[in-house]
Amino acid sequence: MKILIIEDEQDMLQNMKDFLEKENFVVETADSVFEAQNKIGVYSYDCILLDINLKDGSGFSLLEDLKKNNIEDGVIIVSARNSLDDKLEGLNLGADDYLAKPFHMSELNARVKAVLRRRQFKGNNKITIGNLSIDLDEHEVSIDEKPLNLNRKEFEILLFFTSNQNRLVNKSALAEHVWGDHIDQADSFEFIYSQIKNLRKKLKAADADIEIKAVYGIGYKLVAR
Amino acid sequence: MKLLNYTTSYFAAILLVLLGIWAVIFYLEMLDEIYDSLDDGLDNQKMLVINRAKSDPEIIQRLNFEDGSYTIKPISNKLAMNFRDSYRDTLMYMQNEKDYEPVRLLETVFKKDDEFYKLKIITSMVEEDDLIEDLLFSLVLLYVGLILSIVLLNNLILKKIWNPFYGLLQQLKNFRLEKDQKINTVSSNIEEFNLLNTRIEQMLEKSVSSYNSQKQFIENAAHELQTPLAISINKLELLVENEDLNDQQIELVASVLNNLEGLTRINNSLLLLSKIENQQFPDEQEVIFNDLIEELKRDYEDLAAHKSIEISIESTSVLKHTMNRGLAKILLSNLLKNAIVHGQKQSNIEILISENSFRISNSSNQASLDSDKVFSRFQKNSGSKNSNGIGLAIAQTIAKKYNFQLKYFYSDKHNFQLNFPK
Repeated sequence: MKILIIEDEQDMLQNMKDFLEKENFVVETADSVFEAQNKIGVYSYDCILLDINLKDGSGFSLLEDLKKNNIEDGVIIVSARNSLDDKLEGLNLGADDYLAKPFHMSELNARVKAVLRRRQFKGNNKITIGNLSIDLDEHEVSIDEKPLNLNRKEFEILLFFTSNQNRLVNKSALAEHVWGDHIDQADSFEFIYSQIKNLRKKLKAADADIEIKAVYGIGYKLVAR
Repeated sequence: MKLLNYTTSYFAAILLVLLGIWAVIFYLEMLDEIYDSLDDGLDNQKMLVINRAKSDPEIIQRLNFEDGSYTIKPISNKLAMNFRDSYRDTLMYMQNEKDYEPVRLLETVFKKDDEFYKLKIITSMVEEDDLIEDLLFSLVLLYVGLILSIVLLNNLILKKIWNPFYGLLQQLKNFRLEKDQKINTVSSNIEEFNLLNTRIEQMLEKSVSSYNSQKQFIENAAHELQTPLAISINKLELLVENEDLNDQQIELVASVLNNLEGLTRINNSLLLLSKIENQQFPDEQEVIFNDLIEELKRDYEDLAAHKSIEISIESTSVLKHTMNRGLAKILLSNLLKNAIVHGQKQSNIEILISENSFRISNSSNQASLDSDKVFSRFQKNSGSKNSNGIGLAIAQTIAKKYNFQLKYFYSDKHNFQLNFPK
């Protein structure tokens, strides 16, 4: 899997690169429109992470070029301009997703994987870890072929964890992903804890091969047994 | 009291005093002049009577006034020696008026053939009460006339003169700093008004520009902070995955992460606030609040259920308003979130929707809040450390943008009520 990160903020670029490399992606980088155009023209990528504000131009023009040349790489816009207009313009120009800065690495991971999945398994969309299987189209989870009854939120929590398998998931990243920005306030630690507790109970009762481990103070980690 | 009426009332009072004093002086002067002229007349008559008495002894014995205007009677030498001419006022029965009327009386003595006689001469006099009455009547007429002309003058001329001032005042009354309006001043021939106009223009320009630069500053600062915050959080997330870290070190990183996330939330809220204030939410549509709150209730039901809080919604009417849907959502969700976060466990949140108002009430172990401060930025009312105290400020900013009235009141429960313009 090859990913191109187009970002002119060096620290940001390095963070994303380091993180995605740990997921065993091949990561290439470009910090200007010019460099990005050169790379896109020569290689093809599974996913492109595109910043809008680049020093020598707008990411939107790159996006237009891609579509004009029928390059089918998946594109996620990563921008500090958290405005609805940018989001709509980006999606209208054919971007697959839009991620506003600042974001959590686990969120980026989940978005990248969702884009990759959508592009690769057109139709049959399943995630399997040990005896756990998630059908993304039907929104169904089964363990050892037996259906596991999860509510919508529990399903989303589990999906987020599977995208970030063996990675540390920050609890506010989890909260923002599953509940939007609704629970960014007080009581979120306790609240998330009780939600995770229910999910763990169900996984344990069904004897799943995965476990959600707590990492004190930070969040959780999904590991396969 | 309006400026015009204010000056008029002063004029009325001053004129009353001035005319009053003038009337007294005028009355006394006039009376003095009348007496003077009457006394001169009496003096003249005295000379005529005395001269006549010398040639016509018959009149010496006129003891009564009868048809004449004088009496003469002899008096003793002794009395005559000490007698001085005297003028005085007295009353006399008048046939025509059938009443006692004031008359002016001169008493004098004269000598004829070594005999002394006392002469009394009268002449009819002004009736003082009539004089006063006439004078008062004319004065009242004059006073009313003067006041009327002042009022007329004020309304015609002064109003015209003060016109630029009232125009300016009207514009200032409707002026809102955050609405980026302009004040149009009308130049006038009057130096003071022109000075006022230019000073006000300058002051407003300065206020508007500092208001804008403050808004701009907050937005820019919040915007510029986003990238370093994102980088720091992401670096820490990478760091904490490092297998070499021990629990204590992880805990330290976790604490830094938590604080940075808090900072990010404050930053996002500030950015949102400035965006609302900078009118960056132009598209509007009809929002049905009844549906929106049902939708939000579903979004928050996990959080509410976690605290065993029951949310009940009672609608007596459909409440709808044309506004930006995103902002409507933020407005209601901030109010709902506030009620859940500060609400007591195992209690109810009641939402009441009527045609023109939306009310949300929650119980809490806190007493009544200060309704003046509750909507201020960074006003924290509880020890809740994950609450940054901007949520209600954002709600208030949105409410103000659309001229809704958002207020807080306490009645056993904490109530937040939105009143919509009719």
